[in-house]
Amino acid sequence: MSADPHVPFNRRGVSRRDFVKVCTMAAAAVGLSAKAAEKMVEAAARGLKPSVIWLHFQECTGCTESLLRTSHPGVAELILDLVSLDYHETLFAAAGHQAEAALKASMKANAGKYVCIVEGAIPTKDGGIYCMIGGRTAIDILNEVAADAGAIIAIGSCASWGGIPSADPNPTGATGAPQVLQGKTVVTIPGCPANPYNLLGTVLQYATFGTLPALDDLGRPLFAYGRTIHEHCPRRAHFDAGRFAQQFGDEGHRLGYCLYKLGCKGPQTHANCSSVSFNELPDCWPIGLGHPCFGCTESQLAFRVALHDTVEIHRPTPPDTYPPIAATQGGISPVATGVAGLVGGALIGAGYMASRKLEKAAGPEEPRSSQEV
Amino acid sequence: MGINRRTALKGLVVAGAAAAGVRRVQASGPIGIPDDAVGLLYDTTLCIGCKACVVACREANGLEADPGWSGGLYQAPADLNEYTKNIIKLYDEGGERSYMKAQCMHCADPACANACMLGAFKKREYGIVTYDVDLCIGCRYCQVACPFGIPKFEWAKVAPRMVKCELCQHRIAEGKIPACADVCPRGAVIYGKRADLLREAKDRLAKHPDKYIPKVYGEFDGGGTQVLYLSHVAFEKLGLPALGETSTPTLQRTIQHAAYRGFIAPVALYGVLGAVMFRNRKKNLTAGPGAQAPGEAGARPRPSASGRGGERGGQR
Amino acid sequence: MSAHAEPVGGRIFTRPFRVLFVLFALAGVAILWRLLTGLGQVTALNDGYPWGLWIAFDVVTGTALACGGYAMALMVYIVNKGEYHPLVRPAVLTSALGYTLAGIGIGLDVGRWWNIWRVPLFFWHWNLSSVLLEVALCVMAYILVLWIELSPAFLEKAQASGPPRLRQFADRALPILNRTLLWIIALGVLLPTMHQSSLGSLMLLAGPRLHPLWNTGWLPLLFLISCIAMGFAVVIFEAALSSLLLGRRPEMPMLSGIARAMVPIVLLYPALRLADIAWQGQLGLLFAFDRFSVMALLELALAIAPGILLMSPTRRASLGSLFRAAMLMMLAGGLYRFDTYLVAFRPGDNWSYFPSVPELTITIGLVAAEIMVYIALIKVFPILSGAPSFGGSAGAEPPATEKSAAEKAGAGWQPA
Repeated sequence: MSADPHVPFNRRGVSRRDFVKVCTMAAAAVGLSAKAAEKMVEAAARGLKPSVIWLHFQECTGCTESLLRTSHPGVAELILDLVSLDYHETLFAAAGHQAEAALKASMKANAGKYVCIVEGAIPTKDGGIYCMIGGRTAIDILNEVAADAGAIIAIGSCASWGGIPSADPNPTGATGAPQVLQGKTVVTIPGCPANPYNLLGTVLQYATFGTLPALDDLGRPLFAYGRTIHEHCPRRAHFDAGRFAQQFGDEGHRLGYCLYKLGCKGPQTHANCSSVSFNELPDCWPIGLGHPCFGCTESQLAFRVALHDTVEIHRPTPPDTYPPIAATQGGISPVATGVAGLVGGALIGAGYMASRKLEKAAGPEEPRSSQEV
Repeated sequence: MGINRRTALKGLVVAGAAAAGVRRVQASGPIGIPDDAVGLLYDTTLCIGCKACVVACREANGLEADPGWSGGLYQAPADLNEYTKNIIKLYDEGGERSYMKAQCMHCADPACANACMLGAFKKREYGIVTYDVDLCIGCRYCQVACPFGIPKFEWAKVAPRMVKCELCQHRIAEGKIPACADVCPRGAVIYGKRADLLREAKDRLAKHPDKYIPKVYGEFDGGGTQVLYLSHVAFEKLGLPALGETSTPTLQRTIQHAAYRGFIAPVALYGVLGAVMFRNRKKNLTAGPGAQAPGEAGARPRPSASGRGGERGGQR
Repeated sequence: MSAHAEPVGGRIFTRPFRVLFVLFALAGVAILWRLLTGLGQVTALNDGYPWGLWIAFDVVTGTALACGGYAMALMVYIVNKGEYHPLVRPAVLTSALGYTLAGIGIGLDVGRWWNIWRVPLFFWHWNLSSVLLEVALCVMAYILVLWIELSPAFLEKAQASGPPRLRQFADRALPILNRTLLWIIALGVLLPTMHQSSLGSLMLLAGPRLHPLWNTGWLPLLFLISCIAMGFAVVIFEAALSSLLLGRRPEMPMLSGIARAMVPIVLLYPALRLADIAWQGQLGLLFAFDRFSVMALLELALAIAPGILLMSPTRRASLGSLFRAAMLMMLAGGLYRFDTYLVAFRPGDNWSYFPSVPELTITIGLVAAEIMVYIALIKVFPILSGAPSFGGSAGAEPPATEKSAAEKAGAGWQPA
């Protein structure tokens, strides 16, 4: 937005120091070194801000909102300062043809370099007529913008896999960007809403190094979606100890016990909500607030599995000692077997000797002379 | 089977009561399961192995922490033991895995209760098999008898008791449900009337025939148990033995009751023994000295002095 | 017989006696240890094998070996072979000692021994389905019966050399005792019939956990028959040993007579066993040559061997052969009981048990105590009959000897 980064910093009351801090956090979130953060700062300072085209389809704008509603007002703006937001329907001052012209201009100017960020699901039913902008369907717009994009990022669950619009019975045939853009690499940052840091980190890495973070098979950056909530849950100790909230508002709930029994989807939900706080506010996420995780990042869970149903735990790491069905118990002391063997042997030996003696002493043919003593 | 059912009932000495009992029992399924029988239903496909039930059981029953006497590890019992009335085990072989919850099965015809001399183990209210330490001698016949190996003995104690799940009867009396079922976060173990649990189990089997071994373990096994199991892994692999439909005590009881019913046979035998001996004595006495007694060694004289003990006493 | 039963006399504290005493003292220490620390510390028993050496040997095998009194009572009083009467009293003594020690063994084995008195007295709590209750009551009663059966020996001693008071008492008690003893002896036949068979049925409750070669409805019958065979074997064993160790004249004709009577009983047991295994279609298991089949075959061989040995009259006339056959029968019966209670009992392959050293010590000590008390009692009380040193040609010409011995021993009909 501004060519000289120092001006807006000062104008908004944000120091360079804060700016570096945000870059460092973003870099750390993506798993890059502090040096990378410096490079990001440099790049941003030099005005090498990535051009971003932000498309809105079937959505609630919650992802954008969460980006804007940060705890420190400066940070949201900083994020916006780190990128050159060339097209964003919500934040744009321009409207109508003016806006469309800006889109066209930016696409042309930054062809092959701009970042296409998709927010919202894309309706596919009936030729995609359920979401049209400027007379064109979402499918068309997406295909056109994505064609020349350097990187495509789907933010939020709607864009990642369909989200709420795709919930049963899915009247518009809503689906995510990866499904529309078959064959293209789409980085998905699911979440309802997605954590802004996950977006920022991805974008900055692309801007600075021209690379994308490592992704899982659903296109999710591993730095953010590499493990389940359950693996890193602040209430995990309660799960391990078998302390569960039985119902909302009961004693266990008030004491902060594990929410699994209330339907927590944490064990199957891949996200970093527990380690990277939303808007830098600790505990500002469902489990932190006492609500079970509802699995917003998972296409198989959110809006699919009922809120209070419990899920299977695929990788049972909790109390990892289980006895086998038949544990080996009891033992045989070698000393005891030795003693028993000796005694048994002695008895049998003595018995045999006695029988020999008796035979000699009182054989049927021999007259018995006298008694042994 | 009729005979078995009949003999299966306790207190057969009172034939009338038994006859009445047979009619009632036959109407309500397997032998010995009272109409108000409660129990547990454990579903291996639902269990997540969180062991909440193990912890809750320990707390609800005031069990001390297992110092690792049997397994070597503190609070990590290798099986049910004197500190553990309920345990989650893991079956993990050949790519198959399943959790397994072990506790008393609360048999319809419990072998332990059958074994117990003074009835320290007894099937009481709701069909729960309970333990009364005052009537226990510590003979451990119940341990020999139980086909599931459930009752455990306090080996480490100088004044040992038997330890076994009593279905949290103290909690049931307070209107609560057994701790394991109460705390289970997934409904893997649920508590209820046995009839309802059986219906639920069959519902699940009907709804997900692909998910389960098509059988409710405990419906008839070992004469029926009040704790029922649904599993996706063969029951034997989970340590639930193939028992057939006759209860364990049946054979012993059939024989024992045939021999001792009403204590008639022993009394009759005593009478016969006494009579034979009496006759023998008479015969021997009248035969007198020189009389022949049949025997391998052939004939021999019988000393006359060997008559009545009184005479003998005088001799001395 | 009383005319012939006499104290053996002699010093009690001989060297072997002292050795036995040391063994018993060791057991005493182990017993104290068990009583002070509980079973887990001292025994190798566990939740898989809740019954171990003490039950399998001291109680189940011990009482079967103490069936001499039962077998002789059957022979003398029921089959009416009065000529064997001289063997009754020593047999009853071993029985009384064997059962008493079995009782002590049970007392050590049960966890809450101080509650044992409740078993006979809390009759309103009796669980009539419990075979163990029957066994417990029978054994308790039988111990009492055996000592009453044996009491004439003590009373006679009192009459002979007791202080005047005691003599008076004996004078009065003996006639009463002798009049009523018949009914006591009848109990002495009934009770072992009941509980020795029930010791078999006891393990029926282990049902599926008992190996099929042992798990049969005939278990009580097989236990009963084998215990009678063992009883006879023990009588021979004892007579042979006292001839060897105490220099007693062996009552050869009687012993060979018993041996002859034993043959059908000894053979009936393996025959029934085989028939039952065949009937149940388990012959395959018998020849599977796993540890169960090997044990079962060994049991059968041990039982068949004395049966065949004793079929020959020549061998029956040889004390050495008799002794060997008796030992084989005792081993056969003992192994059958051990197997039924320990080897064939399968709580699961994950469990193992072998008696601990203290367990063995206690068992050995108890047996030592039994021998000690036996020796002491026969030296002091009129238990054994026959001259202490019989110079005649005991073994020569069996028929003649049998006759002469019978003349000497033919006490005829007398209780104890």
